[in-house]
Amino acid sequence: MNRQSNLYTVIYAVVLVVIVGVVLSIVYQALRPQQVENIANDTKRQILAAALMVPSEGQNVSDLYASHITDSYIVNTEGNRIDSDVNAFDVNVSLEVKKPEAERLLPVFVCKTDGGSKYIIPVYGAGLWGPIWGYVAFDSNGDTIYGAYFAHQGETPGLGAEIEKPAFSNQFQGKDIFNESGDFQSVKVVKTGQEPSTGAYVHAISGGTITSQGVQKMLSNSLEPYSAFFKNLNEGKEVEK
Amino acid sequence: MNLKKTFLPLVNPLSKDNPVIVQVLGICSALAVTAKMEPALVMTISVTAVLALSNVIISLLRNTIPTSIRIIVQLVVVAALVVIVDQVLKAWNYEVSKALSVFIGLIITNCIIMGRLEAFALNNRPWPAFLDGIGNGIGYGVILVIVSFFRELFGSGTLMGYQIFPQSWYEAGYMNNGMMILPPMALILVGCIIWVHRAKNKDLQE
Repeated sequence: MNRQSNLYTVIYAVVLVVIVGVVLSIVYQALRPQQVENIANDTKRQILAAALMVPSEGQNVSDLYASHITDSYIVNTEGNRIDSDVNAFDVNVSLEVKKPEAERLLPVFVCKTDGGSKYIIPVYGAGLWGPIWGYVAFDSNGDTIYGAYFAHQGETPGLGAEIEKPAFSNQFQGKDIFNESGDFQSVKVVKTGQEPSTGAYVHAISGGTITSQGVQKMLSNSLEPYSAFFKNLNEGKEVEK
Repeated sequence: MNLKKTFLPLVNPLSKDNPVIVQVLGICSALAVTAKMEPALVMTISVTAVLALSNVIISLLRNTIPTSIRIIVQLVVVAALVVIVDQVLKAWNYEVSKALSVFIGLIITNCIIMGRLEAFALNNRPWPAFLDGIGNGIGYGVILVIVSFFRELFGSGTLMGYQIFPQSWYEAGYMNNGMMILPPMALILVGCIIWVHRAKNKDLQE
């Protein structure tokens, strides 16, 4: 057959693409379960990191998760537990934060630690170059931060990317997100040497101003809808079904 | 055919015909993935695998490929191999796959691969083409490893994630060089390597 003819070229292209397509779909199907598990384990690792738990060498993340995260549920802005088809673990927080507050699904993860139950809340926002996200663990008074974990997609290394380092996230421990009269105030991220007029604050990352402001915005935007939930916790009310 | 000539495609790219510092190909990924050694090594293995396999496949097909869609056929083969590498990494080493993010996908645009397919695989039998792929992959990797060694050591004080500089140095006032982490430093280091290499190989000097 003439290798330069149009017919040969078209048939060659079609056959090649079909073969490649079949090979790729087989590979995708074969590796899919392992990939889904990896992504879930990565999320579990992040949730546990907020409650200051890091799997030790060789320890399986999902085992640690299963033994410590005793409960997870979804609440609404009134602080009541809602029944939903989706699991708290599967809620896509990046989509929820774009909805009006009243319609958001607000996942809560309950973690058993030596110091009692901690309530872990996912947060999501924008940094300088892309999304930033994290998990914040609260004491059972629904006010004091027990631990925090932040991650980012592509912040500047050495500057904005420092938000994922413990040196930054550990500053949040012990901060209160409500003021004395019980109003939500979140935690401010301010430049070293400055102080906000009211409320709890941590030091921003020098050179990472936009990312630091992103963290502050992310916290107030993601945590405020939980105000009613936190108040219920504080008053010792059971989370209503 | 004597032994030396058989293995020429394998040995040549390591120094005299190195893809990065002599042919100046694949620079962009050499800058992007060399802040730490582990991603640099995984990138090396990935590029070598894609390069060797695509060289063999194109070499096997070389007498059947219609000239008018030659580049498209090469691209389809390379793209398929890159997707497979990406999927395998996501399943087997999720952490590194996260660190390399888009750069695995961008292997498709790595000039070394198209360059070797055009220049070598289309005109040679599969075995030499395979050796050429391995040789160029390793030649690329050697530079990546050297650059990432210096960048990780002086930028983070670690190698392969293990702390090298003791804590007492930091207490005595030593600081990691933040510039090392940023891409421009990779360019400067590659420049230094080219300088040393040319100084040793007079015949490469223009």
